[in-house]
Amino acid sequence: MRINVTVNGIAYEKDVAENRTLLRFLREDLGLTGTKEGCGAGECGACTVFFNGKTVNSCMVLAVEANEGTIETIEGESSGGMLSRLQEAFDRHHAVQCGFCTAGMIMSARELIHHTPHPTVDQIKEGLEGNFCRCTGYEQIIEAVLDVTGGYTAKEELIHV
Amino acid sequence: MYENNDPRTLAYVGKSVLRKDTSEKLTGTATYVSDMVLPGMLYAQVKKSPHARARIVKVDISKAKALAGVRAVLTGDDLDYRIGLYIVDKNILAKGEVRHYGEAVAAVAATSLEIARKAVDLIDVEYEVMQPVLNHMDALKTDAVLVHPDLGSYEFIEAAFTPVPKTNIANWTKLRKGDVEAGFAEAAYVVEREYDNPSVQHVPMETHVAIVRWGARDKVTIWSSAQSPFTVRNLFCHTFALPLGNVRVIVPAVGGGFGGKAGIHLEPLVACLSKKAGGLPVKLQASREEEFSLLPCRSALTYRIKTGVAEDGRIIAQKMEMFWDAGAYADYAVNVTRASGYSASGPYEIPNAWVDAYTVYTNKPYGTAYRGFGHVEFHWGVERHMELVARTIGMDPLEFRRRNALHPGSITLTGEKITSHTGDVVACMEAVARSIGYGKLTAAEKNRELATGRKIGKGIALLQKAPAMPSNTATAAVIKMNGDGSVTVNIGLTEIGQGSTTALAQIVAERLGFDIGKVHVMVDKDTESDPYDWQTVASKGLIMSGNACILACEDLLRRGYAVASHVLKACVEDLAHDGENVYVRHDTENCIPWRSIAIGYAYPDGKGIGGPLIGVGSYIAQGLSNLDKETGQGKPALDWTFGAHGIICEVDPVTGEYAVRKVASAFDVGKVVNPALLRGQIVGGMIQGLGTATCEGYIYDDAGHLLNPSFTDNKIPTARDLPMEIETIVVENSQIDGPYGARGVAEHPMISVAPALGNAIQSAVDADLAHMPIRFEDVWRAMHDKHPIDNWITKTPAGSCRSDPAARIHTPDAAISP
Ligand code: FES
Ligand code: FES
Repeated sequence: MRINVTVNGIAYEKDVAENRTLLRFLREDLGLTGTKEGCGAGECGACTVFFNGKTVNSCMVLAVEANEGTIETIEGESSGGMLSRLQEAFDRHHAVQCGFCTAGMIMSARELIHHTPHPTVDQIKEGLEGNFCRCTGYEQIIEAVLDVTGGYTAKEELIHV
Repeated sequence: MYENNDPRTLAYVGKSVLRKDTSEKLTGTATYVSDMVLPGMLYAQVKKSPHARARIVKVDISKAKALAGVRAVLTGDDLDYRIGLYIVDKNILAKGEVRHYGEAVAAVAATSLEIARKAVDLIDVEYEVMQPVLNHMDALKTDAVLVHPDLGSYEFIEAAFTPVPKTNIANWTKLRKGDVEAGFAEAAYVVEREYDNPSVQHVPMETHVAIVRWGARDKVTIWSSAQSPFTVRNLFCHTFALPLGNVRVIVPAVGGGFGGKAGIHLEPLVACLSKKAGGLPVKLQASREEEFSLLPCRSALTYRIKTGVAEDGRIIAQKMEMFWDAGAYADYAVNVTRASGYSASGPYEIPNAWVDAYTVYTNKPYGTAYRGFGHVEFHWGVERHMELVARTIGMDPLEFRRRNALHPGSITLTGEKITSHTGDVVACMEAVARSIGYGKLTAAEKNRELATGRKIGKGIALLQKAPAMPSNTATAAVIKMNGDGSVTVNIGLTEIGQGSTTALAQIVAERLGFDIGKVHVMVDKDTESDPYDWQTVASKGLIMSGNACILACEDLLRRGYAVASHVLKACVEDLAHDGENVYVRHDTENCIPWRSIAIGYAYPDGKGIGGPLIGVGSYIAQGLSNLDKETGQGKPALDWTFGAHGIICEVDPVTGEYAVRKVASAFDVGKVVNPALLRGQIVGGMIQGLGTATCEGYIYDDAGHLLNPSFTDNKIPTARDLPMEIETIVVENSQIDGPYGARGVAEHPMISVAPALGNAIQSAVDADLAHMPIRFEDVWRAMHDKHPIDNWITKTPAGSCRSDPAARIHTPDAAISP
C-alpha cells in the first residue's frame, strides 16, 4: 500500500507491505536507525516514537496506520547540529551508557515533560516505566529529567569515607 | 602505576568528565551492528529445537531450498566444526542429537527476513524425543543420562580444567588449604546449609547480532556485537583452521553486554551461511526469545557450606561444595566454576578450607559469563550463611563479619597475602552500616512501623571479586599524535556502555598534561587496526588498559622529547612540556609547539627530522600463576575489589510483600577516576543485582521447555523499581599497580545485593531464606517455614515441585553445637 507520512518534518510517499511495522519502516525503509528494537513485542520501549503528538511503541504500530500521520523520532530531536536541552541534560548527568535505550528514553521523557512540565520523581518514574534500561539503573536519567524541568538540586556523585 | 598522587595536582583524574561517546548515542547516530545493512546482504534465521533432548532422525530441507530467495540452507550434517572456549563440546548446528530447548538445528540465509522466516518454517525435523536430565543434582547420580557421552574424547584446556569422562561433570575444581577435618574437630559450633539460585538472562537491550562475509581465498570479515573482538578472532580461526590474518573482526557501538557477549556466539554459524551463499554478507540478529534460549544464560547454582567456628566467633574451618548447572555446553560455566572455587569463601579468612566446585551438564540452555562471574550467585550463599552462623552462635552479624573479614596479613584461600594496598572490606561494611543505621530503628522508622503495620528490617552483605583471567592476560595501547597536536588513542577494549573510553581519555590527558578535548579514544574496534586486547570482561579494562595507556603516553613523550631535543639544541633531561609546547626548563621561551613536531619537524631550511609521533604501551598481568589442580594454591588475582551493600526494607508480616526503601553501597575502588561514571556503574549494577534478587529467573516445565523467554514473563527492573533512597560510597586505598591507584569495579555493584536484601527481610520478619530470587511468596513461605519454591523446574509455571527433593540434602536445622 502507498502511504504518505511526515517524519521529522519531511514528507515521504512510500509503498509498504500491510504487515510492515512502523519500526521497520522507519529503520529499513527510511534509514532512521536511531530508533531501536529491544523486543519487538511492545514491552521494552526502545522503539518509542511520537505518532501524531503521542508516544507509541513503533514495533506495535503498522506503517500503514501512519498514513497521513506525523512521526517524530530521535533524529529530529537535535537541530542544526545542536543538542536539545533534554539531550544536553542526559549528557551532563551521564544518563547514557550503552545508548541502546536512549532514543526511546528521550522520546518518553519529552512526552512526560510535555504534559507534566514540573514532574516529581515519582511522576518521572511513572513516565519512564515503559522504557527498560539495563545499564544505568535509571537514577541519572531521572536526574537529567529533573534538571531540564527545574527540579534538580545538585548533590555529590559519591560519598567519600 | 602511580600511587598517592596528590588529588590537587590532578587535572582530570577524579573529575566527572563528560562521556566521550554521547554526541552519537544521544542523537541516534551511533551505529550498532543491528543498524547495519551491507550491499547484497542476506538475512539468516535459525530452526530451533522444541525439545530438551531428542535424537534427530531426519531433517528435510527440500521445501526450504526450493523457496525463491533462499540462498543457503545448512544442517548439522553439513558442518564438521566444533566450538568451545575451554572444552570443545558444541557443534555449530546440532548433530545427531539436540541437547537443550532452543538449540539451533538448521539455518537459512535468504534475501529478506520474511523469506528466511518462511524457509525455516518449511524445514521439517523428525525427532525421537528422549528423557532429558534437567536438575543438575539429578545429573550427578550414577545412573543419570549423560548429556555428553563422549566427554572423554573432547579437546580441553588441561592447565585449568578437569572434566570427568563418563559423568556429567564438565569440570571439577578443587581447593585444599590447611586441615579442614581437624578444624571441625576443634570447632565449638558447626553450621551447615545449602543455598541456591536459578539461571537468569543478561538482557542486554541489543540482542546478539553478527554480520559475516566469507570472501574469496577465505578472507573473512565479521561485524559483531561482541565484547571481545580478539577472542572472537582467535576462536574463529581455531575452529576453521584459518591464519589470524585472514579474519577481521569489527565491533562498532554495542548495546550492552554484561558478559553475555564475551566469547564467541553467532559468528561461526553466520560465517558458514555466508560461505555457502557464495560469499555474500549474511546477518543474524537474535530475537528477544532467542536471546533467552538460543544464546546462553547465567548458570544456576546449588551451594552447600559447612562452617566450623570457635567459641570466640572465629571461623576455623569451612567446607564448600558448589554445583554449577552448565546447561548443555560448558562455554564459560567451567571457568565460572574455577573462579568461584578459588574465591568461594567471599572476603573472609578461612584457615582450614576445602572446596569442591563442579560444573554439571544438563539438558537446558547453557550458561556463560555474566557480570560478577559466579560471585553474584555464590555470595548469596556466603552472605546468607554468615548471617546464619552469627545468629546461631548468638553474635551480632556485623561483629562476626568484622572478626573474620580479610585484613592486612590475612591469607586468602589460594595462599595470597592481603596487604594494606589490597583494599579494605571492613571500611566498606562500616560505611554502609552507618548509612542505613544498622542494628536499630530510628524513632521515625518505629512510627512508620506502627502506622503501616509493616516491619522494617536492615541487612548487610559484603563482597569481593578479582578478575578471572589467564595469568598472562595482556593488552596494549597506541597513541598517535595528529598534526594539530591532539592525540588519537587506539585500544582493543570495547565500549559496551561501561565508559572506559572516557576514563581512559582522562588518564591519557592526565599523563600527557593535555587538554581532554585534545584526546580522542576510538569507540569502534577493528582487529586489523587496533592493538591486541584479551577481552572486555572481568572488570580489568580500567586497570589494564589504563596502565597500557600510561606506558604509551610515556613512550610518546620520550619520542617527542627526542625530536625536540634536536630542534631546541638541549639535552632531553632539560626538557619539559605542557599541553601546547615542549620547552627547556631553565629557558621556557626556547620552546617548540607539539603540532610542529607531531608528524615530523621541518627546519627553516626545509630539512626534516622526526616523523609522526606514535607512542606504544603494552601491559601484561604480572606475578600471577596457574593454580595447583589438587590444592588450588597459587596467585590468580590481579586486584581484589571489596565492597558492601546495606539495605533497609519494609515487609508486610502477613503477606510477605516487601519494598526496598534504601540501598547503600560502598566499594574500595583504589582511586576514583570519574565520579559520575562510577556512580553509573554502582547504581546500574546494584539495580541489576536487585533484579536478580527479587524477580528474575528461568522457569522450565518438567520436559525442559523454557516457559518464560520474554519480558512479559521474565521481568527486569524498571524505573518504578528503584529504591526510595540510594547512596553510593567510595573508599580509596590505592592499588599500587593500578593507573593513578585505581582498580576495577564494573561487576562488583551487582554482587551481594541479594543477600543484603535477604538479611534485611530476615531481620524484619524472621523469614529464613535460602533461595533467590526472593519473591513475595518465598517470603511468605519462609515465614511459615515451608521450603522455598524451586524456581527452575516446575510442573506448572506456578507450581512448586522439585524434580527430586531426595537428591538435594538440605539441613535447615542448621546448628549442631556440641
Ligand atoms: S521493541 Fe518495541 S517495545 Fe520493545
Ligand atoms: S544505556 Fe544501555 S540500556 Fe540504557
